[in-house]
Amino acid sequence: MVGYTIRRIIQSIVVVLGVLVIMFILQSLLPDPARAIVGVHASPAVVHAFIVQNDLNKPFYVQFWHYLYQIIGQRSLGNSYKLNESVGSIISRDAPKSLLLVGVALLISIVVAVPIGIFQAVRRNKASDQVVTGVSFILYAMPTFFLGELLILFLSEYIHLFPAEAPQGSTVGQILAQPLGLVLPIATLALVNFAGYSRFMRSSAIESLAQDFIRTARAKGLSERAVLFKHMLRNSLIPIVTLIGLTLPAVLTAGLITEVLFNFPGIGSDYITALTSQDYPTALGITLIVAIATVLGNLLADIAYAALDPRVRY
Amino acid sequence: MSITEDLNPELEGEFAAPFANPPGGPIPDGGDVTGSGSAARLIVRTFFDNKLGILGISILVLLLLFSFAGPLFYHSDTIVATYNINLPPGPGHPFGTDPSGRDVLGRLMIGGQDSLIIGIISALVSTIIGALWGAISGFFGGVVDTVLMRIVDILLAIPTIFILLYLETIYHPTVLLLIITISVVSWLTAARLVRGETLSLRTREYVRAVRIMGGGRLRTILRHIIPNTIGVIVVQATFSVANAILLLATLGFLGFGLAPPAADWGSMLSGGVSYIYDGYWWLIYPAGVLIVLAVLAFNFIGDAVRDALEVRLQRR
Repeated sequence: MVGYTIRRIIQSIVVVLGVLVIMFILQSLLPDPARAIVGVHASPAVVHAFIVQNDLNKPFYVQFWHYLYQIIGQRSLGNSYKLNESVGSIISRDAPKSLLLVGVALLISIVVAVPIGIFQAVRRNKASDQVVTGVSFILYAMPTFFLGELLILFLSEYIHLFPAEAPQGSTVGQILAQPLGLVLPIATLALVNFAGYSRFMRSSAIESLAQDFIRTARAKGLSERAVLFKHMLRNSLIPIVTLIGLTLPAVLTAGLITEVLFNFPGIGSDYITALTSQDYPTALGITLIVAIATVLGNLLADIAYAALDPRVRY
Repeated sequence: MSITEDLNPELEGEFAAPFANPPGGPIPDGGDVTGSGSAARLIVRTFFDNKLGILGISILVLLLLFSFAGPLFYHSDTIVATYNINLPPGPGHPFGTDPSGRDVLGRLMIGGQDSLIIGIISALVSTIIGALWGAISGFFGGVVDTVLMRIVDILLAIPTIFILLYLETIYHPTVLLLIITISVVSWLTAARLVRGETLSLRTREYVRAVRIMGGGRLRTILRHIIPNTIGVIVVQATFSVANAILLLATLGFLGFGLAPPAADWGSMLSGGVSYIYDGYWWLIYPAGVLIVLAVLAFNFIGDAVRDALEVRLQRR
């Protein structure tokens, strides 16, 4: 178990380094940002100074090396081209808010999807199962932003229940101070995740129901409730852990779209702003952080999987 | 073949309840009833027993007819901007007009062409890349496998949209570019699945036999390994189309879709979304419904194909 964990950690570090290489290659293909950053009226000397200052005239590997040195040696992700602050401070200000949005939505979707999936498995192919399956199929087929728009239309525009814009503020506390504004963004993201998880949970629960230990539990006279919630629930939760790890990139993508749609002040919105204003250090820093979060999530999921399931031995 | 058709009711009974006989229970007299038709026939028949599969195919055919045959019967100017902006549905414009005064129904048709073409072709390309990558990785094993699969891990660690947006920022989105970029980010799952299959296939006798007879590695992979993973590949390709259409729609929303006068459903939908508070519902619902229908259709077909292939595997 310890050996396995160490091996997985080393593997994760390699993956993160690989992400950095790939993002650097992609970035070297992007148009030169100098003119866009210093402005159309800047003199050629200013443009040149910007290029030199930011290593943009250096070859790819030198830039990469400098970046790596900057991260490890100076513990910094560099400075934003556009905003007068470091990439690190942008991320440390906005990432917690994104984490709040994605985390709460993920939690809600799991808490709802697990019991509903079990319920569907128990009432397999009955009308109630088919209704839920139909709903999750349609939710699954909807682009995230379309689902969000529909929620805005019906719950904000037609019936004035919730505001259509996410709460604004620079700290998590300020965001939490306006809970009504959080409802629609979180609902959008939770519904998107729910669609995937409930389908998975249903098939996972159907498989569990056919297992011997369920038959044993029933045979020894346990109530249906005890069978479902003591024996089956625990066993069905194990694949969910892996699923969360695997779907993390998709969840983060949906999070980015939700942030843009509701103008939520998180790193997803920052990323789009950075990319469209050619603020490459910010875009790169955010990608790196997101990739680290994904790798870390997968690592934790794998370790949790080994810890939860006594049959898994590495 | 008439024999299989005669046996049809019995076969269907077996398909409906493959585990009707409890394990260890009595074996029916006369032995197992096995289809004497080819495997492909069995798959096709099982597929068409699946109601959702048929629904998926029907929706797909309707969408293809709407997008490709529709413009032959319904003539409208989808390119030139007019002063008739944001007209509600009415005579002359069954689905109203858009903010540039173009007919929405006509644009939904040409948007459908682009959306479906991009979705289907990028799914094909990405599945082919993924299948080759996975087969090579699994077949060679060792260092090759480690390197190829770490590359997949690395790309999987970056959420799709991040890579996609980088690529889209470089060039002006065209149909070809969208196909390339969506393919570039979508082949990873196929690679993993095919690698898994290959790992078990490469130890089979027939693969060894090919090698002993002097068959080259490339030949073994292309002629013997990949054809045997075709089930996984087809299912994955179908789901990929659904994902590609969703990705395309998302790109449209973020402003990286096809630029007007070209159209795709995602860009049209997100264009309509800007007018959400003006009550121009005809700019939102039709495009949204078409996207949902297309994605649903491919998901239904994918599920049905998978079920059909599983039946074949169970009966082997």
